[in-house]
Amino acid sequence: MRQFNYIFKRMIQMIPVLFVISLIAFFIIRLVPGDPARLMLGEKATNDAVAAIRLKYGLDRPLPIQYLKFMRGVLHFDFGNSLKFQVPVWNLIVSRLPVTLALTFLSTAISLLISIPVGYYSGTHKGGFFDRLSNIWNLTAIAMPTFWIGLMLLIFFGIVLKILPVGGIGGGFWGHLKSFILPAFTQSLMTSALLTRNIRNAVVDIISQDFVDFARSKGISEGEIKNKHILKNAMISTVTLLSMRMAYMLGGSIIIESIFALPGIGKLTIDAIFARDYTVVQAVVFIFAIVVMVINLITDVLYSILDPRVKY
Amino acid sequence: MRKKKSSHKKVTFIVGSVIVGLVVLMAVFPRIFTKYNPIDVDVMASLSPPSLKHLFGTDNYGRDIFSRVVYGARIDLMMGVLGTVVPFFIGGIAGMLAAYYSGWFDRILIGLIDIMMAFPFTILVIVIISILGNGIINVYIALWLVGWMSYAKLVRGEVLVLKNSDYIQAARVAGFSDGRILLRHLLPNVVSAAVVYAVSDIVLCMLTGASMSFLGLGVQPPTAEWGAIMNEGKSYISYAWWITVLPGLIMAVTGVGFSLLGDGLTDYLRRKGR
Amino acid sequence: MQKLLEVIDLKTYFYAGDKIIKAVDGASFEVRRGETFGIVGESGCGKSQTCRSVLKLIRNPGKITGGRILYEGRDVVPLSNRQMRKIRGKEISAIFQEPMTSLNPIMKIRDQIYEGFKGKNMTGEQKEERAVELLRMVGIPSPKQRLNDYPHQFSGGMRQRIMIAIALGSNPKLLIADEPTTALDVTIQNQIMVLINDLKDKMGMSVILVTHDLGVIAQMCERVAVMYAGKIVEMTDTVTLFAKPRHPYTYGLMRSLPAGGGNAEKLYTIEGTIPNLAELPAGCAFAPRCQFAAEKCRRQEPKPEEAEKGHWVSCHCLNRTCGLKGLIPVLK
Repeated sequence: MRQFNYIFKRMIQMIPVLFVISLIAFFIIRLVPGDPARLMLGEKATNDAVAAIRLKYGLDRPLPIQYLKFMRGVLHFDFGNSLKFQVPVWNLIVSRLPVTLALTFLSTAISLLISIPVGYYSGTHKGGFFDRLSNIWNLTAIAMPTFWIGLMLLIFFGIVLKILPVGGIGGGFWGHLKSFILPAFTQSLMTSALLTRNIRNAVVDIISQDFVDFARSKGISEGEIKNKHILKNAMISTVTLLSMRMAYMLGGSIIIESIFALPGIGKLTIDAIFARDYTVVQAVVFIFAIVVMVINLITDVLYSILDPRVKY
Repeated sequence: MRKKKSSHKKVTFIVGSVIVGLVVLMAVFPRIFTKYNPIDVDVMASLSPPSLKHLFGTDNYGRDIFSRVVYGARIDLMMGVLGTVVPFFIGGIAGMLAAYYSGWFDRILIGLIDIMMAFPFTILVIVIISILGNGIINVYIALWLVGWMSYAKLVRGEVLVLKNSDYIQAARVAGFSDGRILLRHLLPNVVSAAVVYAVSDIVLCMLTGASMSFLGLGVQPPTAEWGAIMNEGKSYISYAWWITVLPGLIMAVTGVGFSLLGDGLTDYLRRKGR
Repeated sequence: MQKLLEVIDLKTYFYAGDKIIKAVDGASFEVRRGETFGIVGESGCGKSQTCRSVLKLIRNPGKITGGRILYEGRDVVPLSNRQMRKIRGKEISAIFQEPMTSLNPIMKIRDQIYEGFKGKNMTGEQKEERAVELLRMVGIPSPKQRLNDYPHQFSGGMRQRIMIAIALGSNPKLLIADEPTTALDVTIQNQIMVLINDLKDKMGMSVILVTHDLGVIAQMCERVAVMYAGKIVEMTDTVTLFAKPRHPYTYGLMRSLPAGGGNAEKLYTIEGTIPNLAELPAGCAFAPRCQFAAEKCRRQEPKPEEAEKGHWVSCHCLNRTCGLKGLIPVLK
């Protein structure tokens, strides 16, 4: 029950942030140098056509009115039409969001699968050979250009070994999965390194605490010590880092999706930026921010479940 | 065991220093490393694989990749350093003042950071560049606009803790001016955490800047820059791998160099802090 | 009386690089059924590590490198972790010094108590009943409601009581209490000691009580060992120890106690500090601080000898006793 109140409270707190985000999205199209109407039609458009567009989109009205109109559309999932594709922006987003979300969640899953065991082992064997190896690898993985790693994997598995597709999204479940392996792995490299480091340091800290010894003095198994006492405590700080990394990886999808030609929001964004398709740009900015806020909300709730000391 | 650990730390620190030193040397005196001009076109030699003549091979215009990498070091290094230093000062000062005086400035700052943080980092950088237009200057501006927040948050948090510590309270009671307390008492104690972060931030800024060029948003051809070189090579990846693989390798090594150096520096600052 | 635990020549060393820290270096003692055995000494003298050795809870890079620990006649030193688990919590339980950090902060008290019931076929109801009974036994008000609370919702003294409840959950035969009251307020300290004493009598268990406070020893223990620099320097029954201490270190400890009755006498302190356990001097470890130290003390290490029946002392000058009559009220 406490959690429900907490979620409600957090959602109320999100409203002003959402308002400012909507303002930012609204102004993107108007901050771009030049007349938005002319931008939409291209350089060669006649003045009459430009004037018609201005009238159609209400660009001649005062800004507050324009904003209200924009927001009314947003509340009905109407972000206008893509200037390039001439289809509703919302449809474009709906068809591409699943790819990006799948990529982000898969990368997150891979990161956790690597970082929890490695971080735990490093932490419990601090200073050992494996720990030092893992530390050096983490430093390395954090410092490597993601797009280069992506290309390397693509060359190796796609071009040399020819066992994984070089790009695009395959058909069927296995096809999809296969085309997600390389992008998700690339995306997860840096995150798994950061998470490993975090979990390792947390474990080092926790295993020297009295409650672990006290738990051991009860005669319970090492497995339970590990799961209930060490890892669960280590996950508290990790959850916050994880949410930051998920937000980062959402943004990173722009680079990953353009390397692996995955039809997600990231690819849509970069294409829209090159095509100066600003209705799409403003919509994706809005959507990205909302997804990040949802992730943060889930994180806060998860955190409050994990750590009972959090005050609501 | 302790002995072993410190010697292994020393080795990584030295390796990091050597790598970073070499890259700095490339950036300052590119001529020592290569005789080729990075933008000289030689159509006869286009897409030739790595050889003694062209260490990293050539691209579709016959330009020497190795010399492009050497000359590109300056821009990538600058992106890393300038992309870090400016936010370091802006964010650090904003965070310190906000925490020390609290009140409306603090609330606005925190609100602004909360909102900005709702956007994924890369999206923010890309959108800012797309509004400002392509080009290296706009990459800098985007890095600055996004980068200061981490420093502001970090420094603000540190100052908030220290502000209520006994020695700052004592300094206040003693009637020292705010300026003196901020500069002489708070600054030295909060700066090391920010420096530690800044060292890792150099890599992040360098990688972000290069990613922008790789996407075609930052440095424009024919200027040599690591991300841009790789972007140009992307289309030839299936038969002229060297255009993307080798510059990226140099970039990865540089990043690792900074990372190792930063790790050593962090250790040193932490030990000094104790 | 029968021996429950016998520790023979226990050596627990910590390896830091090329240094060896001899935290426990040749300690021998026994704990009899139903008695409270005290271990007293300054912090860092090895008393905590002695306790941890008995449960084999030595942290890296420490190791039990020698000696035997006979629990009911069976040596536990060679036992595997898995075999040790059958002894921990069931036969021997422990409570630690820091009640604030000895309970898992993110686990309900209920689950932390239940963990002690592992391996017993108990239904959920039985577990709850037993948990409530335990909490009531240690004096937690409205125990049933509080089962679902987390550690941070309790005070330090209450957390120590919970630890005791958990430790006693499976009727252990031996309770190791490692400075159970050091971190608590003085008023609470006494309550906890009284509680431990009552429960000991009620359950018929033995207690190893570690403390740096001779007053607590006098109040609680039948027999006592004095530890200094990893070694037991004097061991006897409490009455004898207070009446006729023979080791200069014990004597020093007693003189540094505030005199009963609040005499305005200046407090005595033992000169010097405890030695570095990695670089112990040759001869008697206490010699540098000892006012009676002779040439022999700096050369040759004294071995424990029985000065009179049941009174073991490691000192070259065994036969000196220190008259302390009237200084310490002996409670037993």
